[in-house]
Amino acid sequence: MIDVRHVYKTFRTPHEVQALVDVTVKIDPGEVVVVIGPSGSGKSTFLRCLNQLEMADSGHIWIDGTDIMNPKTDINKIRAEVGMVFQSFNLFPHKTVLENVTLAQIVVRKRTKAQAVEKAMGLLEKVGIKEKAGGYPDQLSGGQQQRVAIARALAMDPKIMLFDEPTSALDPEMIGEVLDVMKTLAREGMTMVVVTHEMGFAREVADRVIFMDEGAIVEEGTPEHFFKNPIHDRTKLFLSQIL
Amino acid sequence: MGSSPSIKTPKPTAYYLWVGVFFLIIFGLASALYYATLKIDYVWRWYRIPQYFIYLDQVEIRSQIQGTVDRLTPKEDQILVEVREGDAAETYAVPKDGLRVAEGDFIYPGDMLGSYSKWRVGILMKGLWLTLKVSVIAILFGVIIGLFGGLARISKNPAAKWLSITYIELIRGSPLLVQIFIWYFVLGTLINTILARQGISQVPPLWFGVAALASFAGAYVAEIVRAGIQSIHRGQTEASRSLGMTYVQSMIHVILPQALRRILPPLAGQFISLIKDSSLLGIIAIRELTKATREVVTTSLQPFELWFLCALLYLFLTFTLSMLLQYLERRHLVT
Repeated sequence: MIDVRHVYKTFRTPHEVQALVDVTVKIDPGEVVVVIGPSGSGKSTFLRCLNQLEMADSGHIWIDGTDIMNPKTDINKIRAEVGMVFQSFNLFPHKTVLENVTLAQIVVRKRTKAQAVEKAMGLLEKVGIKEKAGGYPDQLSGGQQQRVAIARALAMDPKIMLFDEPTSALDPEMIGEVLDVMKTLAREGMTMVVVTHEMGFAREVADRVIFMDEGAIVEEGTPEHFFKNPIHDRTKLFLSQIL
Repeated sequence: MGSSPSIKTPKPTAYYLWVGVFFLIIFGLASALYYATLKIDYVWRWYRIPQYFIYLDQVEIRSQIQGTVDRLTPKEDQILVEVREGDAAETYAVPKDGLRVAEGDFIYPGDMLGSYSKWRVGILMKGLWLTLKVSVIAILFGVIIGLFGGLARISKNPAAKWLSITYIELIRGSPLLVQIFIWYFVLGTLINTILARQGISQVPPLWFGVAALASFAGAYVAEIVRAGIQSIHRGQTEASRSLGMTYVQSMIHVILPQALRRILPPLAGQFISLIKDSSLLGIIAIRELTKATREVVTTSLQPFELWFLCALLYLFLTFTLSMLLQYLERRHLVT
């Protein structure tokens, strides 16, 4: 489903940082992969390269069989198949909750308004926020906003969902409601790549955990392997700091 | 967006004292001015001013030919006067109460058969209307130029970006007066000469004036648009693009609607500037409000009344515009 080979990425401003160094990962359909690592380790950059919000410098990234590093690839078509959820929600503040979820369906998927609304209401019900459909994002709590953001991404019927620290901006009591939605998604067989600091989520839901540091993948394996018998010293150090 | 109910605290006495000082200063300045004008024997004649807005014009109906008044035929509230000499005859319609001839009168060419009065729009009213017209057209074009200029300014394409920067810097770095001269005396001469050689009719100065104002406002609007777009959080673009929207779709549905709300106040300021700047167009023979006032001043010798009035009329235009935009802003925030 996702095949990343020898991807490099260097940021030149404000100063030169090697964000990704020879990253190679293969993710199967239905797999839930959790990416962890200290801040600045390149895990968000890795995720953002998968839908080209960041352009990798070199290497190859196949999404569902299409090489997105090929300049001829229509990236908008790929992005429509890859949902993304951001740390800061990024809901559209000038649109109602319902419009947030229907906009891309109508504009990108060319659905009729009725179809889009039906789909949106179904998803808002699924994430438990149907009654707020007519409200505006700033009337919602952080947890509610993030659930709307998940519904907005799901409305496109994506094949892959990317989560970029979806709970990091939330008050502690709201983290659970967002993680619950993500767990449901994982159980339904969605292919997911999740950058998070929620080790509980990684342990419970992940099929595989990837540990990144200084732009490189240091270690990967099942949650059991990872949390019980990590091999690398850096992994051990990181886990000892956060657990 | 209702204002929160504030608890009214009684104002201290000193507050009312200073309110009194304010009115005293305003009144003092006005009366000092009035007193000074009396000193130089200036006679205020405000009653003469309304005629420059609307006046009753006497229209005289004169005979083109020589002859006798052959027949007077009443028709509704008019009278048809037939002037005849031999076989030649002309008929003139004259309002009943303006008739000056009787049947059998001998008429020379140019003799008055009758007259009536008619309300006409005065020169100041025409000037005000022209100022409004020029400003509205220039604002419309200025917004279109500014929108695309602003988008080009933040474009990654060097051709678009550098063109936009060059345009903005050129316009903002030179006086509007000089730009008006360039539009009229340089570009205007070029265009009209070429048109004349092709046998096509000339472009009137009004349009060069509009072009000068629109291109001038466009540069400032471009910078306002650029700042507005850049003030929208990057996450908004990322969210819309990650859903598969193209750059244009993301701009139309997500970025510009949010940016528009933020740029409305600075845009209002720019529009008000444009209305005031239109007063410079008088120098290229466009008889807008300021030029109209100047013409009336030279004929009426009432400069004091007229220049105050001129300023008040601009104030009327700019104030109305700012009220309109404030209304838009408020309505926008609620939705």
